Amino acid sequence: MAGRIKIRAQKKGVVTEVKALMRHPMETGMRKDQAGEPIPAHFITQVSVLHGEQPVMQGHWGAAVSANPFLGVRFAGGEPGDTVRVVWTDNQGGTGEGETTIR
Amino acid sequence: MKKPNLEVALLAAWLCAATLAADDGVFDQYRDLMGDENPAVFVIDEGEEFWLTAQGPNAVTLESCDLGLGPGVTAGAYVRFPRHFADTNAVMDLESRLVYCMTTIQGRDLESVTAKPYSLRGDFGTEIEALVTWLAAESEGATIAPEQAHATERAMYALGKDIFFYRAGPHDFSCATCHEQSDKRIRLQALPDLTSHTGAAGSWGSWPAYRISQGLVRTMGWRLRDCFRQQRWPELQMGSEASIALQTYMAVNAAGGTMTAPGLKR
Amino acid sequence: MTTIHAKGISRRGWLRWAAILAAAAGLPGRVWAAMARPEAAFGATALDEAMAALGDTPQVHEGIQFTTPDIAENGAVVPVRVEVDSEALPNVSKVSVLVEMNPNPLAASFDIPPGTEVFIETRVKVAQTCTLYAVAEADGQLYMQSRETKVTLGGCGG
Repeated sequence: MAGRIKIRAQKKGVVTEVKALMRHPMETGMRKDQAGEPIPAHFITQVSVLHGEQPVMQGHWGAAVSANPFLGVRFAGGEPGDTVRVVWTDNQGGTGEGETTIR
Repeated sequence: MKKPNLEVALLAAWLCAATLAADDGVFDQYRDLMGDENPAVFVIDEGEEFWLTAQGPNAVTLESCDLGLGPGVTAGAYVRFPRHFADTNAVMDLESRLVYCMTTIQGRDLESVTAKPYSLRGDFGTEIEALVTWLAAESEGATIAPEQAHATERAMYALGKDIFFYRAGPHDFSCATCHEQSDKRIRLQALPDLTSHTGAAGSWGSWPAYRISQGLVRTMGWRLRDCFRQQRWPELQMGSEASIALQTYMAVNAAGGTMTAPGLKR
Repeated sequence: MTTIHAKGISRRGWLRWAAILAAAAGLPGRVWAAMARPEAAFGATALDEAMAALGDTPQVHEGIQFTTPDIAENGAVVPVRVEVDSEALPNVSKVSVLVEMNPNPLAASFDIPPGTEVFIETRVKVAQTCTLYAVAEADGQLYMQSRETKVTLGGCGG
């Protein structure tokens, strides 16, 4: 079920506030499962927030970002109805994306 | 036991901590910063998808499952559990009712659907956890009103109360040891008094909950099983009489409270 | 709220990603240059090593507002917020969050193109009570603020 993103984008004065929650286990690779076997590292390495086609933030993440990661950013401009997209890739080649419109 | 001295020290530390007051709002700033972004929203969606996915030899969905308000009625169903069902002539909690629907309606194998009801370390959620989370969300804001009309439901409450106060295990613990007084805590964690309406309503009404320490939504069935583990009691089985009885005891004590699940917990 | 579901590596996902890189390539050189993942800093196992990999020793700057809880209920999820007053500290192009005592101190690094407010919120794992750092890069110089967050153990193990 990994890959999903919940996004809210809201115009607040002159800026647009984006809050995104991503479905991802963010495994560090340092934990062991119940049987004592190592759980492989599995975490988002790169996440981008785009307003239309324009990147407004690009994040590089390590395994220390919490499971089911949350990201909040603000950018100047943006109008209600504009598209905001969040896209990520992880260390195992998985991707996820979600989009919403600015309220 | 390998390290008896450590065990004694931990118990002593626990007893010390338990004499202090509840958490005094020390985590308020932390909880404010966390806001209301609860990853349980994903699990709610996943639960609804499980409900609507045709599965098993009969290749049907769970949409004809009767949770007590009629086949397929999900809104407000969770707050009436645990309850007596005529078709099984038994008091069931939501988890055992879902297992019943999976086996009878979808024709799935009982052993396989009950093999791993709760996530283990490294898992990312189970079907039971997702379904319970979605169904709890389908009762969000509803008044907790477990059925107590049937004699078996009242007997289940009485049994639950007996188990709650029953002391057993290597540490001579009961549920009540931790949960029959208010203003007590373990380390910095406040312990609810589950014998009171306020304590029971706060707890029953906030499970299932996203446990941030585990990155998972946990159900009340799991929570009770973990209490058994803490008490060094035998593993509590999902859908067992002991589990349903304790849930009935809590739910009835919580009656009149509001369902706010899925909660967001440490 | 909108949800889009992607499983594994979808063709569409890759195409979108390629489009982002193409779009980013059209941005001013400063932003594009910043888009490479700071691999050495992520691989560092000590705070000073991670700081050195990010650039120079950062100077404390009051224009950076770094918010973390004084005490966290659980180290698995510690909310952090970095906000930079662009009048006090203009031209910030990168913000990093470091956790002193983690196995790899660098938790996250954000490239910020012109026009984006320097306002980042996320949640990080904090292995034990220690100091957290917010480092901002502006015109090639590093600036920082730090905060101590205490991490408590839960009541029951569960």
